[in-house]
Amino acid sequence: MLKDLFSKLNKKVNETNRNDGTFENSESIMTKCPNCKKILYSKELYKRLNVCTNCEHHLPITAPDRMEALMDEGTVKPILENITSANPLNFPNYEAKLNKDREKTGLNEAVICAEGTIDDTPAVVAIMDSRFRMGSMGSAVGEKLARTFEYATERRLPVIVFTASGGARMQEGIISLMQMAKVSVAIERHNQAGLLYIAYMTNPTTGGVSASFASVGDINLAERGALIGFAGRRVIEETIKEKLPDDFQTAEFLLKHGQLDEVVNRRDMKNYLGRILKLHSGV
Amino acid sequence: MTMAFEFEKPIYELEDKIGELEKYAAKNKLDLTKEISFLEKKVNDKKDEVYSNLTPWQRVEIARYAKRPTTLEYIEEIFEDFIEFFGDRVHSDDAAIVGGIASYHGTPVTVIGHQRGRDTKGNIHRNFGMAHPDGYRKALRLMKQADKFNRPVICFIDTKGAYPGKAAEERGQSESIARNLVEMAGLKVPVISIVIGEGGSGGALALGVCNRLLMLENATYSVISPEGAASILFKDASLKEIAAESLKITAADLKSFGIADEVIMEPKGGAHNDREAVISSLDEAVKRHLDELQSMDGQTLMDDRYDKYMNIGVFTEQS
Ligand SMILES: [Zn+2]
Repeated sequence: MLKDLFSKLNKKVNETNRNDGTFENSESIMTKCPNCKKILYSKELYKRLNVCTNCEHHLPITAPDRMEALMDEGTVKPILENITSANPLNFPNYEAKLNKDREKTGLNEAVICAEGTIDDTPAVVAIMDSRFRMGSMGSAVGEKLARTFEYATERRLPVIVFTASGGARMQEGIISLMQMAKVSVAIERHNQAGLLYIAYMTNPTTGGVSASFASVGDINLAERGALIGFAGRRVIEETIKEKLPDDFQTAEFLLKHGQLDEVVNRRDMKNYLGRILKLHSGV
Repeated sequence: MTMAFEFEKPIYELEDKIGELEKYAAKNKLDLTKEISFLEKKVNDKKDEVYSNLTPWQRVEIARYAKRPTTLEYIEEIFEDFIEFFGDRVHSDDAAIVGGIASYHGTPVTVIGHQRGRDTKGNIHRNFGMAHPDGYRKALRLMKQADKFNRPVICFIDTKGAYPGKAAEERGQSESIARNLVEMAGLKVPVISIVIGEGGSGGALALGVCNRLLMLENATYSVISPEGAASILFKDASLKEIAAESLKITAADLKSFGIADEVIMEPKGGAHNDREAVISSLDEAVKRHLDELQSMDGQTLMDDRYDKYMNIGVFTEQS
């Protein structure tokens, strides 16, 4: 199974219930859609990439599951799996939290990276996983992403990054902020080589990740219903002393305000990206 | 001098005592020179003790101090013939960021910086130096202009952060910051950024992808404010002193991480105590770094920036 390619650490992951109402395998037969409240067959839901059969609501999907759904079978070659977080500021409890999330997710960091093909077109893909430290970016995530772009630049390949992140990883302080710059210099080198970068924002993409690589694709896409924004809703409401509209900072809101190229249904993800990649395959 | 910070209290108490003694001596025609000079020595010792043991939080207070020199003061004193330009060509002119062209020791340069107000009225006009996308886009416009005319870019960083507002989000706060990061990476001219006050997160970094990062001694640079970190990480906003300590936000910390290239020393107690001195130290440092960078061609400058940022990070790599 592809999941195992990214989980050297923990074998128990397949038995772990996700606390978002869905299940990794079909131990629980039914799942309740948090949006329309309809009770769905878990197996059916899983086959539809955790998109509700009734209302098209997008429930969370893990990074390995997304990788499997996106890439052509048998083509996935994980890269940069040996890079993991340290504790540069000796921040209290940080290592314990990392270990807990490694245990919980079977991943060793908040992003997984791989080379492979999508509908027969080669690409390098990085997928963040918000279950791991809320997908926050510290040195390891920054390094993996920057080197993903380096890897693609050397091989003249397009990059697709799926973002899912609460922002910078506070426990790494200013070093985490500088990862925004680090990934940016690598993106610019890839850009100057005339190569394609597609940024694909998923739920949630906020803070320092939103304010760096998530927003500077040649093409900026977002998944249906995703929360995307720089500042948190509560911070803004406290600052401007008014209530924000319900759809504020959703993918649809951003599309309306001209910040996105398109909002995509997860079930169309592979086909949609495959078409874009094909039209760039002469690059 | 008036007391600016609570931690200076012991110094001012001693100074008050000297004042009283002087008055008493004059009134009673007594010679208390010995006693007074003893106290003056004590004041100096106290100053050394307080100012050389500043906690990170105390530096935050100095960095935010209303009377601390701001971007426009440095521009006026260090550059000649500054011509300010306005507007992002998209939506508005954002007064939280200023920029334009000037002569620096005879070299034409582009200079950009966050601008705080000097009083309440000024702060309302400047939005406390917290920019909207319009500000970052104005900055980018001026940087691209600098690139075209082969002018070095000098940026002053002094902001709590990007403004968290509704309109800011609608106009793409994230994109405007993100765009600056990648575009600054690709500039073919020297870029020097100087943190003169508070370097607040992404809003600071939007003027900070540079060849050389300089920091004033009491300036801070952080991914989140100490107050914010205290409430998020420690669930208690009153723990801001501890958060300031844990986050490692001082100029000395950033120098030790290899993020800041140089720390520019400030007068005892902070830049506001001797403006001329800090202006001249800053000028000297900027000039020295610019001289070094000006011998590099465009590609070398880009590569230099690339290497600078690719080298920042602490992680484990198993072979
Ligand atoms: Zn539903």
